[in-house]
Amino acid sequence: MSAVEDVVTEAPAVEAVPKRAMTLGLGTSLVVLAALVIAPIFVKNFIIFQMTMLLIYGLAVLALNILTGGSGQFSLGQSAFYAVGAYTSAILMEHANMNYALTLPIAGIVCFAFGYLFGKPALRLSGVYLALATFALATAMPQLLKLGFFEHWTGGVQGLVVTKPDAPFGLKMSQDMWLYYFTLVISIGIYIASINLLRSRSGRAFMAIRDNEIAASAMGVNVALYKTLAFGVSAGITGVAGGLGAIAVQFVAPDGYTILLAISLFLGMVVGGVGWLPGSLVGSAFIIFVPNIAEGISKGLSGAVFGVLLFLVIFLVPHGARQVAMVAQQLLGKMIKK
Amino acid sequence: MSGIGSRAGIFAITVLLAATSGSACAEKKYDPGASDTEIKIGNIVPYSGPASAYGTIGKTEEAYFRKINAEGGINGRKITFISYDDGYNPQKAVEQARRLVESDQVLLVFNPLGTPSNVATQKYFNSKQVPQLLVASGATRWNNPKDFPWTMGWQPSYQSEARSYAKFLMAEQPSAKIGVLYQNDDFGKDYLKGLKDELGSKVSMIVAEESYETSEPTIDNHVYKLKASGADVLINISTPKFAAQTIKKVAELGWKPLHIMTSVSASVGGVIKPAGYENSQGILSAAYLKDGADPQWDDDPGMKKFLAFLEKYYPEGNRIDGTIIYGYSAAQTMVKVLQMCGDDLTRANVMKQAASLKDFVPDTLLPGIKINTSATKFVAIDQLQMMRFKGEKWELFGDIISGQLSH
Repeated sequence: MSAVEDVVTEAPAVEAVPKRAMTLGLGTSLVVLAALVIAPIFVKNFIIFQMTMLLIYGLAVLALNILTGGSGQFSLGQSAFYAVGAYTSAILMEHANMNYALTLPIAGIVCFAFGYLFGKPALRLSGVYLALATFALATAMPQLLKLGFFEHWTGGVQGLVVTKPDAPFGLKMSQDMWLYYFTLVISIGIYIASINLLRSRSGRAFMAIRDNEIAASAMGVNVALYKTLAFGVSAGITGVAGGLGAIAVQFVAPDGYTILLAISLFLGMVVGGVGWLPGSLVGSAFIIFVPNIAEGISKGLSGAVFGVLLFLVIFLVPHGARQVAMVAQQLLGKMIKK
Repeated sequence: MSGIGSRAGIFAITVLLAATSGSACAEKKYDPGASDTEIKIGNIVPYSGPASAYGTIGKTEEAYFRKINAEGGINGRKITFISYDDGYNPQKAVEQARRLVESDQVLLVFNPLGTPSNVATQKYFNSKQVPQLLVASGATRWNNPKDFPWTMGWQPSYQSEARSYAKFLMAEQPSAKIGVLYQNDDFGKDYLKGLKDELGSKVSMIVAEESYETSEPTIDNHVYKLKASGADVLINISTPKFAAQTIKKVAELGWKPLHIMTSVSASVGGVIKPAGYENSQGILSAAYLKDGADPQWDDDPGMKKFLAFLEKYYPEGNRIDGTIIYGYSAAQTMVKVLQMCGDDLTRANVMKQAASLKDFVPDTLLPGIKINTSATKFVAIDQLQMMRFKGEKWELFGDIISGQLSH
């Protein structure tokens, strides 16, 4: 093995995050949950729509967090899984007239399979090489969606328009509000399942691989199986997020799922804190709202302003929202003791 | 107050007004975004991302509305122009469209740019009954008043441009063997469809089709293949960078087809000059806007007005930049529609007036091209003028061609 390879393979991919530090305390969780449930009653439909997108991107960031924070594998290809999920939902709804809620598990399963299969050859790669392989997937996806062969289904470059669902059971609720609560329920379900997954035997196997692959295999962890499984689970959740995104935005087109989306999700994960699941929501808020703030500061230089803001965050709080939360918790603890 | 009571009240006021002023006084009517002092106009343009070159369109329009406000506004009302960035991403466009309608409460959205972004928002605007006016895209779908009565396009569609080339070829060179090079996206495919529609039963005139992806570094081998097919007419449906490459390669190969290039790439500064004037002699194209780099318009009154505007309100704008010429005329069309609305600034009346433009001529349109709309024609411009490259500029020739399907 050459010296270069040694450096690359031995450098720890992701800093180890203790299992307990992956979640929020019960009390804090309930406060956040209550805020998410009550807030929509007081705001305009447009804000509700933004909050829905917040949850959806939050899910996609969470999925990446399981992959990178949990099993230590990098991916710049999440936009591809997101796109497959979005298209699966859109095609089932528009061509097969399927109920929107039923399309989501299918989108999840399709993406799980896709991610699992992609994880197989990707097994041979690690670190930056894996990131590059997934990068290739993300660049290829928009073009695959444009292929004439699939055009009958995907609508080609014109994309597909999706019908937005009404609130069921005659509930007097706007479409936006219904979709928000629908997304919220799914998000909470996936969040709890993800925490349980990371606390389970499989979760421990993921983390063992993340911390030291050789030691993990020596202890009897089936490295190949768990690595591909992590890919599959991550892709599956991203697919559900993609499906929800298609329903919320009411439109799918190849241009919506470029490499920029994958980079945004990656950014969201880093800002939220790698390996800290509640940070996904913070990361998602960052990628949705900060570009708008940057645009408000300067239209011509919005990209530069965004860059400066991002730089400040990474420089001041390199561990993202997790670090902020930990500091806040310590301060709070001190105040209570006094 | 009951309904009858309020109606009686309005009636009484109207009678009173009519009595005092001595003439029938039109009632002022407003939808969200309009008032006695203000008209709020929304806009979505990519200021960032892959298509950020189009950002100048939004900046030009902002400058033009500033000029209108400085001159007293429209019927005494100032324009507030709210322009957002979507980075050419349809999902972001949906968010920005909702922000404009629900949060900023604009009267209408004017000249939103890009096919994918507008397809993504079209259903939303139509369900909210907010005008999606003078869309900046050459797709054909904006002209569909039956299904989308709140959407209207501004520029000639790609299909109508392609049809005018097909008409020209069938008239001038009925035995031509056509080779088509096109970009593999909505832009390229729309042109190809227009071409084939117009050729109809003569579609066999096309002997070769080659498509390329924007990610390809060069398109040399596509040009080789087209030459090898024996085509004597090359229809070049590509964006500026690739158009310049094609012109160079065709010259390098010593191939001398009749070369037709789309208006998208007809810029002298951006395409012809980099490709070399000597390589570009005799190329055909079509246009509907004046070219700021062309000295033949130096004494044109419309162009003089445009240059005066540029100097005073948008000094950093470059006159040879086609997107500025475009934004100027689009903004003029918008102002014309709002003037026609008078004091009835409801969304329904905006659509009605936008569909009643008669022979309107913005300053930077080519002579002879006029804007006409009707209840069944929801695209502002559908005429083009053929032109041939000679020396260092385009020479216009022939009559104005309509882009309507001729059969």
